[in-house]
Amino acid sequence: MRGLNKIRAYCFFLVIALASVFSVHSVAWADSSKVVVGSKAFAEGYLLGEIVAQKLERDGFDVERKLGLGKTIITYEALLAGEIDVYVEYTGTLYQAILKGQYQPQIDDEVADINQALKETPLKVLPSLGFNNTYALVMNKQLMEEKTIKSISDLKQYPDLVLSLSHEFINRTDGWQGLKSEYDLPFSVSGIEHSLAYQAIQSGKIDLTDAYSTDGDINRFGLQLLEDDLFYFPSYRALPFIRKTMPVDAQTSLAELAGLIDEAKMQELNALALEDDHSYAEVATDFLNASFGTLSEAETSYPWKRLMGYVYEHLWLTFTALISATFVGVLVAILAYRSSKLSRVLIYSTGLMQTIPSLALLALLIPIFGIGWVPAVIALFIYSLLPIVRSTINALVTIDSTLVEVAQGLGLTKRQQLRTIYLPMALPGMLTGIKTAAIISIGTATLASFIGAGGLGDPIITGLSLNDHEMVLMGAIPAAILAILMELLFEYFETRWIPAHMRSNVT
Amino acid sequence: MSLAVSGPCIQMKGVSFGYGQHPLFNRLNVTFPDQQVTAVCGPSGCGKSTLLKLVNGLLLPSEGEVSVLGNLVTHNSLDALRLKIGYAVQRIGLFPHLKVAENIAIVANATDMEQTEQHERIQFLLDMFNLPSVLLKRYPHELSGGQAQRVGLCRALMMKPRLLLLDEAFSAVDPISRFDIYREFIRLQQEEQFSVMLITHDMREARFLADHIMVMESGSILQQGKIESVIAHPSCDLVKRLVKEHLLCEA
Repeated sequence: MRGLNKIRAYCFFLVIALASVFSVHSVAWADSSKVVVGSKAFAEGYLLGEIVAQKLERDGFDVERKLGLGKTIITYEALLAGEIDVYVEYTGTLYQAILKGQYQPQIDDEVADINQALKETPLKVLPSLGFNNTYALVMNKQLMEEKTIKSISDLKQYPDLVLSLSHEFINRTDGWQGLKSEYDLPFSVSGIEHSLAYQAIQSGKIDLTDAYSTDGDINRFGLQLLEDDLFYFPSYRALPFIRKTMPVDAQTSLAELAGLIDEAKMQELNALALEDDHSYAEVATDFLNASFGTLSEAETSYPWKRLMGYVYEHLWLTFTALISATFVGVLVAILAYRSSKLSRVLIYSTGLMQTIPSLALLALLIPIFGIGWVPAVIALFIYSLLPIVRSTINALVTIDSTLVEVAQGLGLTKRQQLRTIYLPMALPGMLTGIKTAAIISIGTATLASFIGAGGLGDPIITGLSLNDHEMVLMGAIPAAILAILMELLFEYFETRWIPAHMRSNVT
Repeated sequence: MSLAVSGPCIQMKGVSFGYGQHPLFNRLNVTFPDQQVTAVCGPSGCGKSTLLKLVNGLLLPSEGEVSVLGNLVTHNSLDALRLKIGYAVQRIGLFPHLKVAENIAIVANATDMEQTEQHERIQFLLDMFNLPSVLLKRYPHELSGGQAQRVGLCRALMMKPRLLLLDEAFSAVDPISRFDIYREFIRLQQEEQFSVMLITHDMREARFLADHIMVMESGSILQQGKIESVIAHPSCDLVKRLVKEHLLCEA
C-alpha cells in the first residue's frame, strides 16, 4: 500500500510539471510578431526554407523555423491554420493538389492566375524564384547507355525494368497515372520513400524512380534524367506561398528573391547542401551573401551541439503522451473491465486506432490541432492507449476468482477493494503495458519531427534528406539508448513497487 | 453451553436461487441459531457453498429474502453487514501482494482501527492458532498450506465478527495440531459469543466443533437439529450412511 501512495505522489508531481509545460507552450503560441517559416521535408525544401528564413532575418524580422514538415498536405494545412506564415510551394503542386484544377495554368502570368484562384482564401503567392523543378524519371546512366534508352518513350521496349516511385508521385493525377497512359507504359509500380530510392537504384534493387529535375543528388549517384519527349510533365515553378496577413515589409523582402535562382543554380545549391561539410544554413547564407552582399558570418549550429535539446524535446513528447495515456487508459480499463463486451469494444477500438499509419494520423490531426507539439502528443497518446488498456483489463480480469470473492466478502467498499487489492494485484501487468507503450512512443516520436514537434526525428529526417548517415545515426542511436533506459527505468519501478514473487520479469 | 436462543443469526424465507437455467434452491427456509456453531454437511455440489454466499451477499436470491444478524441482505446494507461477518475459505484466499500482517489487518487498516489495538489482536490470534510471529513479515507463498489456512482464520476473526462463515476452513490444518486448534477455537467462540456457519465434509470436525448440524442434498435440507440427536436418529439413508461412516472411523 505504501507503493501505491508513492505512485500517487509521483503522479501528482508529474501533473504539476505537465501543467507548467502546457502553460509555457500556450504563451509561446500567443506571440504573433514572429514570422514562422515552414518547409517540406526534402533537401530542396529545407534549403529554400533556410533561404526564405535568412532573407527575412537579414531584413530585420524575427523568424521561427518549422522546417521539414513532411509532405504537401502537412505544410498546406499548417499554412491554412496559421501555424506557419510562409513556405515555398511549386506551381504544379498548387494546381494539382491544392487548387485541384480551379484555374487554367498559363505561363505568362501564372502568379496573377493563382492569386485569383486563391481570392477567397487567406493565402496568396509571391513571384517565382525562377527555376522550374518539374518531375522527371531517373535511371542509372550506364544502364541507359547499355540499353540505349534516352527518353521516356524508349522505356516501352523494356517491360522488365523495375519501377519504384514515391507515394506522392504514384497518387497524383499529374504523376504516374497520367504518365503511364500518355506514354502507354507496360509497368506496374511499387511505392518507396523518395530519400531511399537513389540508394535502391545504386544497389540495383530498382531501375527507375521519380525525381525532381533540380535534384543535386542526380549527378552524385550516377543517374540521368530521361527526356520527357511528349512534354507530359507540367511546370513546377517554386514560389513563396504565404498568408495574406504577413507584414507587407516581409512580403517585399521575399519578393526580392524573384527570379534569382535558375535551374542550374538550384542544382548547384542542392549539390552543395548534400556535401558533408555544409549545412543548409551555410549554403543559404553563402547564396544570400553572393546575391545581396555579405552581411555577417553564418551561424554554424552543427547538430551535435543541439543533441541534448533534441533528447529533451523527445522525452517531453514521450512522457507527456505516456502519462496522459496511463491516466486515461487505466481509468477507462477500470470502468470497463467488469463487462466483457465493453472490454472487447475498447480493445478493438484502441487497436483500430493503432493500425492508422503514423504519418496518416499526423496528417489527420493537423486540421484540428495544427502542427507542432500538441498534435504530436495526441498521436503518441493514441498509440499508447492500446497496450495500456489491454494490459490493465487483462491484469484485472485474470485476478483469481476466489480472491475476488474474498475481497468482496471482507466488507471493504468497492473503492477500498480496488485500491488495496485489485490495483496492486494488477500492477505487474499494468506496468508491462505501460512499458510497452513507452518504448513504442520513443520510436514513434521520431516521426513527430514531420509536423514540427522537434525531437530526435529532426536529425534523422534531415539526415535522410541529405543522405548523411552520420546525422541519421545521431538521431537513431540516442533514440535506441532512450528505449533501453526506459526499459531499465521500468525495471527499477518494478523492484520498488512489486514484491519479488509477483514480478513478471523475463530478465 | 447456553441453550437460550435470542433469535436466529441467519434466517432465509422462501429463498430460490439457481445458476443460469438450473434451479438449485426452491423456496428454501433456513434458520441458524444465534451464538452457536452450526455445521453444514452434505456431498459435493449439494449447495453448501452457495448457501454460504447467499448469507454474505456474494450471491443474491432470485426470490425470497435473507436476514443476517437481524438485517435484510440487500445491495445497500452489504458493506456494513459484511464488516460484522468473518469469512474464511478452503482455497486459501490470502492476497499474494500483501505480507501476512497486512493480510490479517486489511480491513482493520481500511477502517482505521488503532495500531496498538491491531497489534494486540493480531498477537492474540497468532498465539491462539499456534503461529510464530516471524510469519507476519512473510508473503503468503512462503507459508505451508496449513499455516496459510490458519492465517486466513486469523483474518476472519480480526474484526471480532458477530458471525463467522467457514467454508472447509480447517481442511489443510495438519492432523496433529488440529485438535488443539479446535479447542482454542471453541474457547474463543464462547468467550466472544459469535455464531458460526461451518461448512465441512468431516463429521468428526462437525461433532467436535458444532452444536447443531444441517445435512443437505441437491439443494434441499434432509435433516437439521442438535448434532447428538441427529446421530442418534438419522432420518434418511444419506444421513444414516454419513453417521455410520463416522462411527466406523471413530472405532
